[in-house]
This record gives sequence, structure tokens and C-alpha cells, in this order.
Amino acid sequence: MIGADIENLIRLVSRLPGLGARSARRCVLHLLKNRETLMLPLAQGLDRAAETIVECHTCHNLDTTNPCTICTDTRRDQTSLCVVEDISDLWAVEKTGSFRGYYHVLGGTLSALDGITPEDLSIPQLVTRANNTEITEVILALNATIDGQTTAHYIAECLENCNVSISQLAHGVPIGGQIDYLDDGTLQAALRARKAI
Amino acid sequence: MIEWQDQAVVLSVRGHGETGGIASLLTRQHGRAAGYVYGAVSNRMRGVLEPGNIVSVTWRAKGEGQLGNFTLELEKSHAAVVMDDPLKLTALQSACTLVDKTLPEGEKHEGVYEGFCALLAAFENDIWAPAYIYWELGLLKELGFGLDLGQCAATGTTEDLIYVSPKSGRAVSGPAGFIYKEKMLAMPAFLRGEAAFEPADILDGLKLTGHFFLHRVFAVHTHSNLPDARLRLEAKFLQKCA
Repeated sequence: MIGADIENLIRLVSRLPGLGARSARRCVLHLLKNRETLMLPLAQGLDRAAETIVECHTCHNLDTTNPCTICTDTRRDQTSLCVVEDISDLWAVEKTGSFRGYYHVLGGTLSALDGITPEDLSIPQLVTRANNTEITEVILALNATIDGQTTAHYIAECLENCNVSISQLAHGVPIGGQIDYLDDGTLQAALRARKAI
Repeated sequence: MIEWQDQAVVLSVRGHGETGGIASLLTRQHGRAAGYVYGAVSNRMRGVLEPGNIVSVTWRAKGEGQLGNFTLELEKSHAAVVMDDPLKLTALQSACTLVDKTLPEGEKHEGVYEGFCALLAAFENDIWAPAYIYWELGLLKELGFGLDLGQCAATGTTEDLIYVSPKSGRAVSGPAGFIYKEKMLAMPAFLRGEAAFEPADILDGLKLTGHFFLHRVFAVHTHSNLPDARLRLEAKFLQKCA
């Protein structure tokens, strides 16, 4: 018989993505066996994060300050803006170290199926940023899906009258990819986007 | 356990749970079908489940009337062909949504499937826009609201057919329809057999088929407007003509 507090903890942990009841029990047991070294620091970290982490009103990133550390970093390229769907995409691009401009997180993509409209995403704020700041290039780093590309084309239309150049990430052969293992669609996209060598 | 194999076009996928999804397919032999897809959000399956892709599908269920689950393998990806072109992209979404919302489940419509495959192939060349209008006319016919564009409803002539009656869906010649021209729908030239077409002709075609989809299908059966993707397609061609 498991105590009510432990059951409650298991139930909470099982709600995390990728975790079910069995893996949640294992996680909770591991935490309980490592109370001082893991459980208490984790609890304190979670508590602090819940108190301090806020959404940046400029780019919709998550940070402990508003505006976030990226938006307030004056050493970054102030003319370049990278538009992403989600904060995880921002982290992925930032991790490469190859982009030194600012970001704008949309919060998803347009979807007629799920009823997501431009107003549900931060597209109006993106247009305002493109109009009112020193931005000269907007890079659309959206997923290569029907919804992602529909959103990209919509954003390109919205930014048509802003004085910015609009580009998007290339689609094609991934690094380490083998040609005969790629699907038709990726190969077609790669052929269209070929460049001189 | 019951099962069938078929070839299908992916119409839509909706996430279900953490890793799965409910896919809606237009199959060749089994009509529109829905089923659960394990691992729908995985890297491998996401590319397979893009709308417009042609897949080979196996459907299995424990009994009739159950949702069942799909096992899918990609045969041809059409999503990649249209992604760079906003008009083609919107047309693909419009076609997928129209079929998804108008065809009943489990009813064989091989003509719609073949027509859809022909439309997908047409996206690879320059005549895709008239092909799309022809496809919508074919879907209307399959739904029981076919238009009769062969001869004038009033005079029987086959010459100078430039209008379509919004009530009867029949062609009307210029002289016969002139006094009612404010109420008539325009018949684009390519529907009369002329090869050349402009964006304005495609817009006329969309208004023509859109009228009958709205008033005969959506307003009557679902009490709703045309799907958003279909409205956007017409809006994009209106913008192109402006």
C-alpha cells in the first residue's frame, strides 16, 4: 500500500510528457532514494522557476526577466529577426551559435483544423516589430509541414509592405543523410534548392 | 479481427494522446476512412502523414463500427511539390478539407479518389488551377449536385454559353441570360473548352463551384460556411486579380 503523498507525487510526475504510471513510479522512487542530492534541489529549482520565470513581452521567450536576456543583449545583430513556432525551436537555433539576431516566438502555426487563427499567434506583434524597429531581415524558421508553410506564406504576405527582406530555412538533405533513404518529397525539395558548388 | 488493405490520400491528422493521432484518409476502395495511427507524432510518421501524400494503408479493428488503426507506408509525397507555392498550398488544403467534410465515411467513391490523384499530379504543371475547378465540379457531381454546362437551359444552344444559373446549375447563353446577368454566375472560358485562362477565369470558376458547395452542401447539411481553406483560396485569387 503506497502512502497518499507518494501516490499524489506519482500522479503528478506521470502527467509529464513521455512519462506514464510505471516510469513515474520509478522517477519518484529514485527521487526519494536521493533526497538530499536530487529531490530537495529539484524542489527548490522548481519553486524558484515557478516564481521567477516569465514570458518576454517582446519575443514570447521564457526567461527570468522581461524583456528576456536575448532581447536586451545589445551585442546581437539588431537587423535580423528569426521567427520560430515554439520556444523549443528558439533553443534549437540558439544552440547552434550560428544566429546572432533576435527571435520572435509565434506560439504555434495557423490551423483551420484546430481553429488557430492569426490572432491566436503573435503575428500582429511580429508585424509591429518589423515596422517599428531596425529589423531589415526576417528569417522564417518554421517547420517544413503544410501548416508551417501556410503560416510562413501568411507571414510573408503580412510583411509585404514592411521594409524587410524575408527568407526561410532551406529544405533538403540533412547532414549525414543518405540519398537512397530519403523520401521523394525531401529529394524533390533538395533538387529545387540546389546551389552551385 | 477484420482488416483491409488499400491505397489512400491523406486528408488530415489530429493529435490524440501524447504520441498518436487520428488520421482521415480518402481510400480507393473503401471511401473516406478514419483510424488511429500509433506514433503519429514521431519523426518518421510526421512526414508520411502530411495532407496530400499518397500512402498504402492497412486498417485493422476488432469489429465493424470500431475506429480501428492504420498502418501506413508512404508511396508518394505531394506536400513537397506545393509547399513553396502559396496558391497551390491553399488549393491542396482546400481539396483535402472539402473531401474530409463532405464525403461520408465508409462509402466507396473511386471516381473522387482517381480525380484527387489526377489533381495531385496536375500540381506539378501550369494547368493545375483549371484542373482544380474541374475537380470541384467532379466532387459536386459525386455528391449529387452536378452542373449541366453542355447546352443553354433556355434555348438549347451550345454556342456562347457564358452564364450558369445559380438556381438550376445549368448553362445559359449570352443572349438568353443577358437580362438576368446580375443574378447569373459567370462560366469561365476554359469550361467552354478554350485553352487559355487568366486568374480572373479561375476566380469565376471558384465563385461558380463555391456557390453550389455553399448553398447545396454546407448550408443545407452542416449549416456552416465553406471551409476556411476554401475561402482563403478564393480570397487569394481575388487578390491576384486586383
